[in-house]
Amino acid sequence: MNPAVEKPHDSDVATRRDKGFVITQELIVAVAAAVLFVLFSVALDNFLTPGNLVALVRNVAVLGLLSIGMAVVVIGRGVDLSLVAVMAVSLTVSIVLANKGYGFGEALVIGLGFVLVVALVLGFLVAYVEIPSIFATLAVASIVYGLGRGVIADLDVNNIPSDLDWFLFIGRGSVLGIPVSIWLFAFTALVLYLFLRRTGIGRFIYALGDNLETARITGIPVRPVIVLQYIISGLMAFLAGAVTAASVASMNMRIVNSTVIYDVLLVVVLGGIGLTGGRGGVRNVVVGTALIGLLLNAMTIMDISYTVQNLIKSAVLLLALIVDALLNPRDEQTAQQGDI
Amino acid sequence: MNMKCAIAGLAASLVLAVTGAQAQEGLSDEIRQPTLDKLKGRQVVFVPMSMSFDLPEGWAAVMRKDAERRGYQLDIRDANWSTDTGTRAITQAITEKPDVIVVQNFDVTSYARTLKRAQDAGIKVVQVNMRSTYQTDAFVGADWYGMGEYAANRMLEVCGKSAGKSGKIALVQGPATAAASVYQLNAITEKLKDNDDIEIVSSQTGDWDQSKARGITQTVIQQNPDLCGIIGFWDVMDAGTGAAIQESGKDIYLITSGGGNKTACQGVENGTFNEVISYDVPGQGRDLISAVSILLQSDEPAGSEQFVLYTPNKIITKDTLGPESCWDLDVLKN
Repeated sequence: MNPAVEKPHDSDVATRRDKGFVITQELIVAVAAAVLFVLFSVALDNFLTPGNLVALVRNVAVLGLLSIGMAVVVIGRGVDLSLVAVMAVSLTVSIVLANKGYGFGEALVIGLGFVLVVALVLGFLVAYVEIPSIFATLAVASIVYGLGRGVIADLDVNNIPSDLDWFLFIGRGSVLGIPVSIWLFAFTALVLYLFLRRTGIGRFIYALGDNLETARITGIPVRPVIVLQYIISGLMAFLAGAVTAASVASMNMRIVNSTVIYDVLLVVVLGGIGLTGGRGGVRNVVVGTALIGLLLNAMTIMDISYTVQNLIKSAVLLLALIVDALLNPRDEQTAQQGDI
Repeated sequence: MNMKCAIAGLAASLVLAVTGAQAQEGLSDEIRQPTLDKLKGRQVVFVPMSMSFDLPEGWAAVMRKDAERRGYQLDIRDANWSTDTGTRAITQAITEKPDVIVVQNFDVTSYARTLKRAQDAGIKVVQVNMRSTYQTDAFVGADWYGMGEYAANRMLEVCGKSAGKSGKIALVQGPATAAASVYQLNAITEKLKDNDDIEIVSSQTGDWDQSKARGITQTVIQQNPDLCGIIGFWDVMDAGTGAAIQESGKDIYLITSGGGNKTACQGVENGTFNEVISYDVPGQGRDLISAVSILLQSDEPAGSEQFVLYTPNKIITKDTLGPESCWDLDVLKN
């Protein structure tokens, strides 16, 4: 769409070191995932069955959806720590309204409206007030959660009214033998892949993540694009929330206090989307999600305790950060502008 | 003989005379006022895990009504899912010197020292449902060990190899250090350890979260296609366990437990749960106000007597399900 912008940002570390075969983090993770896959297939009974593989992907579909939202923001050199709060509270808004007698379709639209308002406020704070995204999103996450717990609902688990089979289908149904949640993940991954790589605005996000000042001088409408990033991440949060709510017929706001947001960061960083911005894409998210899905599935099969599971996940995150630091070294530019 | 008759006659006429007088003026209840005086104006602090789910909301509803009726003050300090916040709330309460602190522990250790300090400061402490390893003046709540034993026995009956089933069961626990987890788990493993009829193929924590419980259950069912039963540790979380079972289309017997809120009955009705061991929150609320009332009336110092009131459980299945099986928070609050 806009070749002038497209050219220099063909992203990834690969183009930066132009000659020969380059080891990217994405490649390392992909190989690690493949090795683990083979290992688990040999070592664990019933791992390599279609049923288990479907369960494996489905268990990380929500994580994948959230991670795509996070990826869009991180590529633009931001971070969105409000994803999980927005996901839980927006669906709670819908469910509470539905329990008060609104049609569920209507209630969902209002929930979506809530997401858009939050995204606009967030985008405004980051793009126009110029608050660093990490603080803005952290603050907004607390406000959103506080609203959810204090104003919107009395209880933190809210059940969907009965007889909403069409909605539960999103979380429980299957098409062609594949659960709907996996289709949704695949579809959004494709759409956002095309958006990021094939549209001008998508390329703008890379441009401003790579170098905000240059992007501005080039004539990119930097601030509106930043707002757009938060709208996209908000929409992904809403979608992830819908899948979660549909799969267990309720929404649990306690999830905001859990480690999910760190799992999302883990997927993004692990997949090789540098926190310095301007690099990576949907493919990295898919690779990161796959590795986490494999780990979670195998650890459950091996009946490893929850505490040890968290230990292993954290160790993997630390490893990914080390590799990230080695492969995306801080240069003069990041020294001047700082990380996220 | 004659003498005896005369005495009996005299006694009878006396009794008649007294009751006759009562019928006109009644009899003043001499212990009522002293009892009310002992309750009036006293201070009770309640520190629940979080005022955002059915159990503490239900207990608080019952306690609030009693406090209003008897004229003692009830303060609720929400720990909001954080042991730190909870510890701060209790520490703060100790400086205010209320008469009784009612605590719902997150796990068996975090509050133990703080509860001891409260007692040392002369404040009586009641632990509700989720206890800590430190025994205070009173514990009111579920008999987790007994419930674990019951669930294990039911699994032997329903899923045992001698019942012609695979004998494979899974556990979906709460957080590994919560009273509900440790004591139930202990009972189940004790009960089943020397029994070849049942094999526990998976024992994972769902961390009180439906989505996590659902994910674990899906994987466990995939891994063990002949799984016969699951013991879940909390009905709210096990909505996710049940969802995974329903999706699998398999006939897996799910026993769970909870406060017996109406969602538990709905779950039994729509087949999400086969059995719910209900520890009947309104009943626990009643026990709680009794315990508080006893401690307020007693002149003994804190820590001098220790008692336990285990909740009589209700077993809710499709067969026992009735209009009175469960309770509704909105009704309880009014």
